[in-house]
Amino acid sequence: MADEQPTSAEDRREPADDPKASATESANQEAPKSRESDGEIPRAEEPQPEQPAAFASARSGPAGEEVRDVTSRERGRINRRELLKLVPLIAIGAFAIPKLQEPLLMDGVGLSDWASGKLFGRHREAQTFSNNDVVPFDRFPYNYYDVVDPEVDLGRWTLTVEGLVKRPGEYKLQQVQVFPKVVQNTRHVCVEGWDVVGNFGGTRASDFLRSVGADLTARYLEVECADEYYESIDMATVLHPQTLFCYEMYGQPLDRGHGAPLRLQMPTKLGYKQAKYLNTIRVTNVLKGGKRGYWEDQGYSWYGGL
Amino acid sequence: MATSATLIESEKPDTITVAYEHPWTVRVAHWLNAVAVFVLITSGLRIFRAFPSFGPKIPQQNFWVPPPGITLGGWLGGALQWHFTFMWIFAGSGLMYVIYQVVTGHWRQVLFLPRDIPGVWPMARHYFLFGKKPAIEAAYNPLQKLAYTSTIFFGAMSFLTGLVLYKPAQFWWLTWMLGGFHLARIWHFAAMCGFVAFIPGHLIMVLLHGWNNFYSMITGWKRDPEYLE
Repeated sequence: MADEQPTSAEDRREPADDPKASATESANQEAPKSRESDGEIPRAEEPQPEQPAAFASARSGPAGEEVRDVTSRERGRINRRELLKLVPLIAIGAFAIPKLQEPLLMDGVGLSDWASGKLFGRHREAQTFSNNDVVPFDRFPYNYYDVVDPEVDLGRWTLTVEGLVKRPGEYKLQQVQVFPKVVQNTRHVCVEGWDVVGNFGGTRASDFLRSVGADLTARYLEVECADEYYESIDMATVLHPQTLFCYEMYGQPLDRGHGAPLRLQMPTKLGYKQAKYLNTIRVTNVLKGGKRGYWEDQGYSWYGGL
Repeated sequence: MATSATLIESEKPDTITVAYEHPWTVRVAHWLNAVAVFVLITSGLRIFRAFPSFGPKIPQQNFWVPPPGITLGGWLGGALQWHFTFMWIFAGSGLMYVIYQVVTGHWRQVLFLPRDIPGVWPMARHYFLFGKKPAIEAAYNPLQKLAYTSTIFFGAMSFLTGLVLYKPAQFWWLTWMLGGFHLARIWHFAAMCGFVAFIPGHLIMVLLHGWNNFYSMITGWKRDPEYLE
């Protein structure tokens, strides 16, 4: 028997901590109770004086686990109590209920979007690359949701500027191009998981919006496109120094596949936010028709930030 | 010692010995994390399906296209919703566990350290090649420590590489530290493989050790713990 005594005493990592003491206590309290209920006379103090030390070493596991001797009723009570304490976990099961699943996931994405907005550094710039790191033009994918070319009449094209701006109206491409041209080698990250480093040139969105007297405290910039794509961007990102109304790639005017004549280019956003074939831009606090973006309205994250 | 133990047993023939093995914090963290890991792996595979490669987009060379049957979310957008929701539960429960271990000092029981290395092979031989069972000397045997410490490592790796994939521009320094966006994507996948390697072994051990052992991860109390026999 002595040999079979657990080696726990030596190996216990936290000797003499609370569990041991309480184990002794509870065992001492509970043991007499059960004897009384059996109608036995509590069998005296004889073993007790030497009990605590010996008892304790046998009554805790190798890691100092609290050990108790309980009746099956007591065990049932303990287990029920512990089971009840796990009830909060049932909440996660709500994800399995079809009716609740979508709202819960929307909340999750909403939380992520909220945190993303908080995290966004207005002056923190996305990585820029040297010309050597830029992929050749023919390896920059044409990614489109519907048509690669919505056949914009480039000669007659104008940009419609609406919403909270002092000078709304139709703007020619030349009027967008009068601002200092920003050229940047940045990473275009697709939500699918691929990315390419490309060369982009254009007007800072903030330069253009200031010139048309936009309310820069508004919440969103909404855009509508010739291919019926639409997007909405948070104003903090719109005003970011790397956010462009892009009219050039690789030193050439945007080609039809990449959104001629004007697209959004934001290295702090995922690809699906970078709308091509811009027709209309609108500064607003309320999204028109509650529409957030072509893909966002089907379930993508609205913020889509990098 | 022996006498008193004998006395107690004979005095209370109808009692059950139970040991409190898993405190509430650990149990809650464990089950939250278990669900989160399941959701993140299956939705992650659906996300990977959208571009199942680690190379360039043009030309695209697929690495492995996960079959839809093992994925969650139905399409890329749906999978991303699961991923962006359960990443919070995953990180939260992981942090809860790690903080608990650090604060209570229990990390000493479970953290795999160089001194545990010699004990790994005898334990593995026992489990997989039916070798002799090495004497149990501590709360966790070296193989267990290795397995559980690995999950913390994979978890931390998933979390950090996930941050880089989610916010490469905001966490540009982390992106740089982990060797860039592409490498982070590879490491993120590798960390997932780590979990996938851990889970079957873990489940087999749970099956081998029976209901009583499994139940202790639910109520915390284990009936007739083996170290008190």
